[in-house]
Amino acid sequence: MNMIVCCKQVIDPEAPPASFRVDAGANKVLPPQGVPPVISPFDEQAVEAALRIKDAQGGTITALTMGNNLLRDVVKKPLSMGADELVLLEDAAFEDGDGWSNAYALAEAIKKIGEYDIIFCGRQAADWDSGQVGSGIAEILGLPSVTLAKKVDVADGKAKVERVIPDGYEVVEVSLPALITVSNELGEARYPTIKGIMAAKRKEPTVWKPADIGVDASNIGANGRRAKLVKLFQPVKEGHCEIIEGDSPEEAAVGLAMKLREVKVF
Amino acid sequence: MSDNKGVMIVGEVVEGKLSPIAAELLGCGRKLADDLGQELSAVIIGSGVSGLAEQAISQGADKVYVVDDALLKDYQTDSYLSVMDKVVKEAMPQIVLMGQTSMGRDLAPRLAFRLETSAALDCIALEIDPDSKRLLQTKPVYGGNAQAIYSSDIDPQIATVRPKVMSPLAPDSAKKGEVITIDAGLDASAIRTSVLETVLEEVVGIKLEDAPVVVSGGRGMGGPEGFEQLAELAKMLKGAVGCTRPVCDSGWMPDTQQVGLTGKIVTPDFYIAVALSGSSQHMAGCSSSKTIVAINKDPEANIFKEAQYGVVGDWKKVIPAFTEKVKELLG
Ligand SMILES: Cc1cc2nc3c(=O)[nH]c(=O)nc-3n(C[C@H](O)[C@H](O)[C@H](O)COP(=O)(O)OP(=O)(O)OC[C@H]3O[C@@H](n4cnc5c(N)ncnc54)[C@H](O)[C@@H]3O)c2cc1C
Repeated sequence: MNMIVCCKQVIDPEAPPASFRVDAGANKVLPPQGVPPVISPFDEQAVEAALRIKDAQGGTITALTMGNNLLRDVVKKPLSMGADELVLLEDAAFEDGDGWSNAYALAEAIKKIGEYDIIFCGRQAADWDSGQVGSGIAEILGLPSVTLAKKVDVADGKAKVERVIPDGYEVVEVSLPALITVSNELGEARYPTIKGIMAAKRKEPTVWKPADIGVDASNIGANGRRAKLVKLFQPVKEGHCEIIEGDSPEEAAVGLAMKLREVKVF
Repeated sequence: MSDNKGVMIVGEVVEGKLSPIAAELLGCGRKLADDLGQELSAVIIGSGVSGLAEQAISQGADKVYVVDDALLKDYQTDSYLSVMDKVVKEAMPQIVLMGQTSMGRDLAPRLAFRLETSAALDCIALEIDPDSKRLLQTKPVYGGNAQAIYSSDIDPQIATVRPKVMSPLAPDSAKKGEVITIDAGLDASAIRTSVLETVLEEVVGIKLEDAPVVVSGGRGMGGPEGFEQLAELAKMLKGAVGCTRPVCDSGWMPDTQQVGLTGKIVTPDFYIAVALSGSSQHMAGCSSSKTIVAINKDPEANIFKEAQYGVVGDWKKVIPAFTEKVKELLG
């Protein structure tokens, strides 16, 4: 079983909300001070999904990350979790893409990697939450796709996927090769082991430039966008909270109930 | 830009009925179509669905495309994609809207790639730019920390719309419209997935998405036991219990009760946030609630920036006293 997992380096989505800043002029998010980037958590769970298959029946896992100035300690995390290979698409031309240009470059890299039975992606990247790259790669490569997986089992050239729906899940069978996006219901990604971290340190990633995957710089990153970002802004919060005080928490609780009744909240 | 004209919505069918999001899309689509001075059409896809066309017309559609085929009984990416590709190429709309549902979030991006255009998912506002006449699509990004407005010059512009954000129109049974039947033209062997089974969680009491009151607990509840107390309070207020993601990750509550960016989006009149910090990803699922009340022991918790009323204290002390008083006041 050959598996490829697309992993994006993003600003830590769990950095404190108060540290979040937008550069309105540039329509960009300013990285918070002192908080290192991470692999988008859904992508880590996609690595986990691939590792569970590898644990059960063997296989190889290639992590694929695109960006510029990628931090080696961050992008090597899938290796330290147990992935076998790491391919980086690293160049300024890959930056600031949209779903379209990102899926295009990743699909071309996947063609170059060549052999695969399953391509995994996170359900959406934790930065732009666009939720399109997985489906886009599938469309470009002409593969079937199943989105929002919480469990993936493979047997007889097919994958059985539990796909999350609002009130539960459906069990979808898909022929391989296929693209599967992973949702958080899959469960937490495993922690790297010391052995894994050591192995990842020694492993040199394969680095590809646009020319290496045969793409023209006009079709990737910011140049290849089809969606224009007109404006990026932080919604204004009214931010007035009336704190109900009391001599004890119980008294405050009673005061809260009375206040809410008075203003007819219930 | 092209000669494409008109706004098209995809009217999702659930258990043989048009789902509530269809009416919301018709309401929002009607406004956009009127702003453009163009037509509003609806696409209804499924098996045994032709009877639903009139309803879509009464809710705002000028034209309804019906694609009725036994192979379309369940949503499957390959079959629905093939149908939508066909309908869009025939109708040539300028805008295509779907709900941000299990179907829409799967279908919209693939359709966009097939049609070589772009899509914006989970939009919370849509409007026509008065100058360019292009659709401006507003959606939350960065886990709800920011919002982005997207547009594009390529037709059709595709968007999915978050449920319960747009208002439906009052149905007008006198409204006339045209119904067009389109042959699905599907080849069963080209559908590469099959739904083997659907497993639904038992919901006790009111469904989270529909509840007028939601009592949510976070990691600070410390275990599943505390949720019984929240359930008691919720029941008294005729509401439902929600929770944050760590609560689901720890197995204290089922995944279906998660509120947030990747869980349920709720818009109750009254949201009680207990022992949860108010992360942007959680608030993405509840910030449109009419009144938010926070109970948290940390006065610096972000939830106090989101709430209108709050008590600083240990929930173990606050919740029993609060529940008791609410019971008394409800008499
Ligand atoms: C991509 C992504 C998507 C996500 N999607 C979601 C989502 O859909 N929904 C979601 O909820 N989260 C989501 N998260 C997780 C989110 O970022 C937060 O980690 C999570 O919401 C925090 O949950 P919490 O508030 O329960 O826990 P914490 O942040 O740990 O907060 C616990 C709170 O409880 C308080 N507390 C502790 N003990 C007590 C006590 N005895 N009495 C009163 N107060 C007490 C503490 O002061 C603290 O404020 C997502 C994260 C990522 C990265």
